[in-house]
Amino acid sequence: MSPSQQRYDFELISSWIPEGARVLDLGCGDGVLLAGLAATRNVKGYGVEIDPAGVLASLAHGVDVIQLDLETGLSAFGDNTFDFVILSQTLQAMKNTEKVLKEMLRVGREGIVTFPNFGYWKHRLDIAMGHMPVSKTLPYQWYDTPNIHLCTVKDFEDLCAKAGATILDERVITGGRQVNVLPNLFGDLAVFRFRGK
Amino acid sequence: MAELEPRSVGAVTPQKAGFLEPLILKGGKTLAAYELVYETYGTLNADRSNAVLVCHALSGGHHVAGFYAEDPRKVGWWDNMIGPGKAIDTERLFVIGVNNLGGCHGSTGPASIDRATGQPYGAGFPLVTCEDWVASQARLMDRLGIQTLAGVIGGSLGGMQALQWTISFPERIRHAFVIAAAPKLSTQNIAFNDVARQAIVSDPDFHGGNFYAHGKVPARGLKLARMLGHITYLSEDLLGEKFGRETKGEAYAFNYDVEFEIESYLRYQGDKFAQVFDANTYLIMTKALDYFDPAKEAGGDLAKALAPAKAGFFLASFSSDWRFPPARSRELVRALVAGKKRVTYAEIDAPHGHDAFLLDNAHYHKLVAAYVDNIAGEIGVGARSGPLVIGDTQLEEMKGYGGNT
Repeated sequence: MSPSQQRYDFELISSWIPEGARVLDLGCGDGVLLAGLAATRNVKGYGVEIDPAGVLASLAHGVDVIQLDLETGLSAFGDNTFDFVILSQTLQAMKNTEKVLKEMLRVGREGIVTFPNFGYWKHRLDIAMGHMPVSKTLPYQWYDTPNIHLCTVKDFEDLCAKAGATILDERVITGGRQVNVLPNLFGDLAVFRFRGK
Repeated sequence: MAELEPRSVGAVTPQKAGFLEPLILKGGKTLAAYELVYETYGTLNADRSNAVLVCHALSGGHHVAGFYAEDPRKVGWWDNMIGPGKAIDTERLFVIGVNNLGGCHGSTGPASIDRATGQPYGAGFPLVTCEDWVASQARLMDRLGIQTLAGVIGGSLGGMQALQWTISFPERIRHAFVIAAAPKLSTQNIAFNDVARQAIVSDPDFHGGNFYAHGKVPARGLKLARMLGHITYLSEDLLGEKFGRETKGEAYAFNYDVEFEIESYLRYQGDKFAQVFDANTYLIMTKALDYFDPAKEAGGDLAKALAPAKAGFFLASFSSDWRFPPARSRELVRALVAGKKRVTYAEIDAPHGHDAFLLDNAHYHKLVAAYVDNIAGEIGVGARSGPLVIGDTQLEEMKGYGGNT
């Protein structure tokens, strides 16, 4: 995730996290979400990042960052050790999507996942016009994208059901504004909050 | 080279501190009196909050940075990391290097004279552990008027001491840098250490450790120990890349003389080491490595052993280090996370094996610098005065400065 990109999902995520919560931010990038949460809400926890530049940037932001490959699981973290486990705009780039979701349910009380909604009308239009979608949330060409597991809002709901996650809240955002009408069609970025059964 | 290094701490002078208060060692014996030799770089600030202690590994010493005026080629073993504007920035930090007890660089060790007998300690020098070292280092901090260290930093066996500090003196250490280390040695690590020790003790010149009285040095054994150790400090890829199967002559000689370049390199390193290092110290240091296992007293529960720790942790491992591979650091990460400790962990991509912790690596040095900058903010010593100075030690050195393991 490029650090310059405006992260509308961060605002929403932050509004869900209470003062002093213990948070694990998976794929924390440059660590700005956790740094912000620590500064405004006295949140404690760790960022997990695989990219060396992200690790350095997170450290520079004062975030306790642990360099790990999420694909290998979260064995470094014990059961129920965090209030929230966040996976923001990383799910779509993961190989073991279901596994990471289950791991989130194991180590955290609640999980928050954000991802680009493949069902967004502009993405659908691109497909209809004969091309893979390229947009603000999906800024890559098909041949250089890290995104291997794109899904729609409905698809993710199905995965939650399969992985044993109870959805507590789900929102979709387009250009920073919440979309309430036909979210799977008009929503660009999906934000889910869930917990184990 | 010191004369070419524009951002060195400059010419330094070792100092000595004598201690008359007996030190009761973990092994049950007591050192009635001892001396510690140390160096300092930078300036201790008014509230004495900016001190960083550097712990050395198997063969290192107190000469960590700078050079000696009388021999400018004697550059400290971590000079690329420590100095003005460098990752461990001596413009803001007061850095202390100390030679451990049992060492052979000036602190009381097996070659020192035992006041009780008037003879060198030799085999009579007690085995010391990381706990003992840390206890003696804490006394040196008392002497220097330092109640709380901003940080303790070490690689390999040095990292183990940094870790021990957080357990032994949780109130006296703000941050621990545990680099290329492990929470305990593996079976294979101990096996290598014992082969090294057997090489030394089976040398006829060893005389049961009392070779000083015989005017001898078990140089052959020490050389073999070093050759073996050296192989484990470097990655297979690096050795292959540097030496391959190259030979002195074009055709095989069909004898046992030095033939392959790697043989020549290792023997040279071994000989050089055997001339300057003490065989008893080598034995003591390897045993200290073997004995280090903080979890042992907590029923094997590392998280429980680390429960007293209050420090923040900076952990780093190197991808090609097969002596203390990243998985060993991850064990430590797991235990620290379980204890809700503050921890940053980086797995650094480096081809050099275990020795990587001593060598130049821009990303590695930037990480340490970023962590140091965070500490500087905490203790209020301001920002870096200029861009980070990253060392330029050449890999050709590949000698580990006597700092490795």
